[in-house]
Amino acid sequence: MAQIYSKKTEKLPEMKPRREIISFLLNYSKSLKVIQTKSGKFEFIAN
Amino acid sequence: MALNITTSDAVLVSNYINGKEYALSLLIEKHQSKIYGFIYSKVSDKDVTDDIFQDTFMKVIRTLKSNSYNEEGKFLPWVMRIAHNLTVDYFRNNKKMPVQRDTEEFSVFSILQDNTPNVENQIIDLQIENDLKKVIEELPDDQKEVLIMRIYQDLSFKEISEITGVSINTALGRMRYALMNIRKIIEKKKLILTQ
Repeated sequence: MAQIYSKKTEKLPEMKPRREIISFLLNYSKSLKVIQTKSGKFEFIAN
Repeated sequence: MALNITTSDAVLVSNYINGKEYALSLLIEKHQSKIYGFIYSKVSDKDVTDDIFQDTFMKVIRTLKSNSYNEEGKFLPWVMRIAHNLTVDYFRNNKKMPVQRDTEEFSVFSILQDNTPNVENQIIDLQIENDLKKVIEELPDDQKEVLIMRIYQDLSFKEISEITGVSINTALGRMRYALMNIRKIIEKKKLILTQ
């Protein structure tokens, strides 16, 4: 049987952001309200 | 229709715009690995990658919530473009004020050194200085005088010759003998005057 000389590529662990980052983003999304008016766009963060 | 990770981006985006917050978590879950990996491949630092990833999605959220998003069906390339721009901004700002951070492969302490002498070295320095003072004290007065003026007062041989009233050659000769005698005393007393 033919010898395989090439090295097996190591599978890198899947890269993900920290759980806190995801949690922050979801909370940020829930608290953010954007209101469009004639004079412009207003962003509100409701805690 | 129940939303899940296999739902198309266009549907998830539209649901999110219409108030279904859950759609955002699905969008993040679906694409986080690609976006995070993309940023990490540029910055090679997990903390910086986390920051840029967060900023990217904050921008995504603001754009979607303000109904400014109009690239239906091309969600991932759009987010990638935001991530790319923020990465470029990061490098641009870093160029102005370079910061060397620790990464998995590289520790900043491998190149940084504290050159301030520690207590042990300070004591050794003091000891060397005291030993040297004693050696200098043993020199004949004329040689001692020239050596102190040259080494400790940083005077030129011309200035020394003017002050002591001897020729430059005599001053040079005294310095030469002073150094030779110092070497002899050091050898005789077996002193070690290095750290």
